[in-house]
Amino acid sequence: MRQNILYLLAAAVVGLLIWNMNTIAGLPAQVENVGAYKIIYFHVPAALAAFTGFYVALFSSLIYLKTGNLKYDAFAAAVTEVGLAFATANILSGMIWGRFAWGIWWTWDARLTSMLVCLLMYYGYVMMRQAIVDPSQRARLSAVLSILGSAGVAFVYQSIAWYRTQHPSPVLGFRGGGGMSPGLEPPIYWNYLVFLCLGAILASVRMRQGEFATEIDSLRRQAHSH
Amino acid sequence: MDAREFQFVFYGLLTVWLVITVYVITLARRERHLRQELDRVKRMIEKS
Repeated sequence: MRQNILYLLAAAVVGLLIWNMNTIAGLPAQVENVGAYKIIYFHVPAALAAFTGFYVALFSSLIYLKTGNLKYDAFAAAVTEVGLAFATANILSGMIWGRFAWGIWWTWDARLTSMLVCLLMYYGYVMMRQAIVDPSQRARLSAVLSILGSAGVAFVYQSIAWYRTQHPSPVLGFRGGGGMSPGLEPPIYWNYLVFLCLGAILASVRMRQGEFATEIDSLRRQAHSH
Repeated sequence: MDAREFQFVFYGLLTVWLVITVYVITLARRERHLRQELDRVKRMIEKS
């Protein structure tokens, strides 16, 4: 059943991506003198998918703290790791866009720096999990770090509205931006959906690996007890 | 879209998919390692 759902999601990802790439290719090359703007169709959805992952991980971590069920911790870890991949893709594609638009790869402004700090915080989350052996202690500390990380995510999300720096202000309609011409915005949401489906597949695979690791641990304990 | 612009858009898209591909490869390698480890531990228990 799980396998079939994953195949369906994979088919949806491929289908949606081909259709959406075709739409993006047909859009005007330049909008209001903004060159290479089509990077936004992957840069922004990657950020939204990463933030979604981090917040899903936050809720799962909170449920773990309430129930003590390690399944929620495993889910939070899987979703955080996938979110981290999207966040990395977001920051790297942003750097490439910055090189084109500003002539520099990086600037230490509030928007970019807060995203980098957020990214490092979640890399710390993944590294910390590998360093702690006791599952309960690992889950508790991970949940605390997930809560702290989510505050960082909220700051990054708002930073593009709060600070006036080189990074563009919000342009999407739902953020009150209104900076994009009609018809240019929907492909961003379609790619967000593509990344969400892809993220669900990757998180599911990562969850299964967590189950394998748990099984290996219990078999080892069983072997040692004999 | 001029050549330079196209180049940057191309590299932007390439980077996004490269990061995702690297993560998928990491997942696949980890899965293979875990399956091998699981088989090894199972064989060890059967022997004992």
